[in-house]
Amino acid sequence: MKKYFQNKRNRRGFREFLYILPFLVLVAIFSYYPLYGWVYAFFDYKPPFPLSMDQFAGLKWFKSMVDNPVKLMQILKVLRNTFAMSGLSLLFSWFPMIFAVFLNEIKCVPFKKFVQTVTTLPNFISWVLVYSIAYCLLNSTGVVNSILMSLGIIESPQLFLQSADHVWFKMWVWLTWKNAGWSAIMYIAAITGIDGELTEAARVDGASRMQIIRHITIPSILPTYFVLVMLSLANFLSNGMEQYFVFENAFNKESIQVLDLYVYNLAMGNGGYSLSTAISILKSVVSVLLLCGTNGISKLVRGEGFI
Amino acid sequence: MKRQKEIYAKKVKYKVSTADRIISVLTYVIYTIFAFVCVYPFYYIFINTISSNDLSQRGKVLFWPKELHFNNYKQVMQIPDLFRALEISIARTLVGTLFTVVIAAFLGFMFTRETLWKRKIWYRFVAATMYFNAGIIPWFITMRNLHLTNNFWGYILPMAVQPFYIILCKTFVESVPKELQDAAEIDGAGTLRVFFSIIVPVIKPILATIAIFAAVAQWNAFQDTLLLVTDSKLYTLQFTLYQYINQASSLKALVNNSTSGVNLAASLAHAQTATSIRMTVTIVVVTPIILVYPIFQRFFTKGIMIGAVKG
Repeated sequence: MKKYFQNKRNRRGFREFLYILPFLVLVAIFSYYPLYGWVYAFFDYKPPFPLSMDQFAGLKWFKSMVDNPVKLMQILKVLRNTFAMSGLSLLFSWFPMIFAVFLNEIKCVPFKKFVQTVTTLPNFISWVLVYSIAYCLLNSTGVVNSILMSLGIIESPQLFLQSADHVWFKMWVWLTWKNAGWSAIMYIAAITGIDGELTEAARVDGASRMQIIRHITIPSILPTYFVLVMLSLANFLSNGMEQYFVFENAFNKESIQVLDLYVYNLAMGNGGYSLSTAISILKSVVSVLLLCGTNGISKLVRGEGFI
Repeated sequence: MKRQKEIYAKKVKYKVSTADRIISVLTYVIYTIFAFVCVYPFYYIFINTISSNDLSQRGKVLFWPKELHFNNYKQVMQIPDLFRALEISIARTLVGTLFTVVIAAFLGFMFTRETLWKRKIWYRFVAATMYFNAGIIPWFITMRNLHLTNNFWGYILPMAVQPFYIILCKTFVESVPKELQDAAEIDGAGTLRVFFSIIVPVIKPILATIAIFAAVAQWNAFQDTLLLVTDSKLYTLQFTLYQYINQASSLKALVNNSTSGVNLAASLAHAQTATSIRMTVTIVVVTPIILVYPIFQRFFTKGIMIGAVKG
C-alpha cells in the first residue's frame, strides 16, 4: 500500500477519488441505501417505531396478496388498469412517428417550425398544470361545455373529469397531448439523417410522395421506432403516478389506479407500508426482467442493446 | 450534366399529382388542428383571467377577452401563501439547477480521467442507479431518517446527482481533444485547474442544455412536496396550485378575506370566483415555462442527438 502511494500518478488518482467521494456518498445515500428499506416487506412494520425482530413476518405480505380474495381482486383490477394504459400507449406508439413523417412533408418552413414549437410546449409543463388546464376547459362553465351546449349536443353541463367513463382513453388523450410533439422530435432528428440523394433518386424515377414516405422515410426511421417500443415495453409496469394522482377522484378511482399510484395510496391511506413495499419489490423484479428481456430482443434484432 | 439535373428538378417540381395535392392540403389542415389544440387551452385560460369574471363564469369568453381588467392578478398576488410558494419554487429551481449542473460537469469530467482510482467501478456505481428504484416507501423512510422531510434540502440533494446528465457530459468531454488537457498538465495544472480552465469553457453548450432541463424538472417537481412536506411554509407553487384546484369553497373566502380592502373598490363584475383564481394561478405557474421556452427550444435537437449516443 505504501508503495502504491509512492507513485506520483497513483497519488494523483487517489486524490481525484477523494474529490468525487462526496458525490459517491450522495449516490450511496439516495439510491443504494433506500434498497435496505425492502426489508420492511418482511416485517409487520408500524410507521413511527423502529424495526424490531419480533415483528418479523416472513413472506406474510407476499402471501396475503394471493390468499386474501378482496386484496387479490383489487390487485387484479390495478393490474388491469396498468395493462390497459400501457397497452393503449403501446398500441398508438406509431402516432408520434407518423406525426413526424407528415410534419416533415410540410414545405412552408415557418409553419413547420410553428407547429413543432407549439406541439412540444405541453411536454414542459407539469402534470399538475395539465390537470388545472383540463379543469379550466372541462368544468361546468368551461369552453367545452359552453360549446357543446350552444350546439345543442348536450342539455346540461357534463362533469367530464368526475365521470368513470372512458377513463383509460381520456388518460391516453392527455398523455398524448403532453408527449406526442416531444416524442416526434426524436423521429424528426432521424428523418434529417436520411441521405438526400436517396429521396432525390426516387423522385427522379417518378415516385410519388406517398411512395417515398412508404419506401424510404418510414423504413429509415423504423430502427428508432423499434428502440422506443422496446423501451416502452421495458417500462410497461411503470406508468408513473403523477398523472393518475392528479386526475384521480372518488368517481374514477376504480379505473384510474395504476400500480405506481396503488402503491402510493396503499402506503399513505392506511399505513400499509409493508404490503406496499412488497408490491413495489415485485414490480421492480418484473421491471428488471422486462428490461433484460427487451434488451435481449434488441440485441437479437439490431445486434446491439440499449443498456 | 448539371443542366440535365436542373431540367429534372424543374420537371419534378411541376409534376405534382392530384393525390399529392390533396395530401398536401390535408396535412396543413390536420397540423393546424394539432397546433390549435396545443395553443388554445393556454390562450383560453389567459383571456378568461383578464376578462370580466362575470362573463367568464357564464362561459361567454371563448375567443377574445371581454371587458378587460387585471384585478385577478392584483388580487392573486396578495395571497400571502402564493407569494411564499413562488419564492420556494424559484429558490429550489436556482439552487437545484446549480447543484445538478456542477455535479454533472465535474463527475462527467472525472469519469474520463484515466488516472482516477478504480474509475470504471465508480462510473458503473453511478450509472447503474438509472435502472433501479427502491420504491416510494423505502425512499420516504430514508428521507425521514436523514431529517430531510420538511426540509428545503429535501428538494435539492436527492436530485443533485443525475446519472443521465453525467453520461452526457462524459460523452461530450471525451469528444474534446485530449491534447488540450495534456498540454495544461505539462504546464503544471492540477486536476481541478484543468477542469475549471480547460473543460468548463469547452463544454458550456451541453451545460446550458442540462441546466435548462434540470431547471424545468425542478420547477415542475410535485411528487417530492407531496411525499416529504407537511409544513405549508415549504410548499411549492405546483403543490399550491394542486391544492387550489381541489379545495373549492375555502378558496374564495381566502381571497375575499385577505384582500377585503381592495375588494371594496372592485366592481361586482370583477369579484373573484374560485374558478377565476384557479385560472389566474395556472397562468402564473405556466408563465415562466413559456418565457424560457423559446430559449431552450434551440437546445432540443442538440440535446437529443447527444443523448442518442450511448454512454
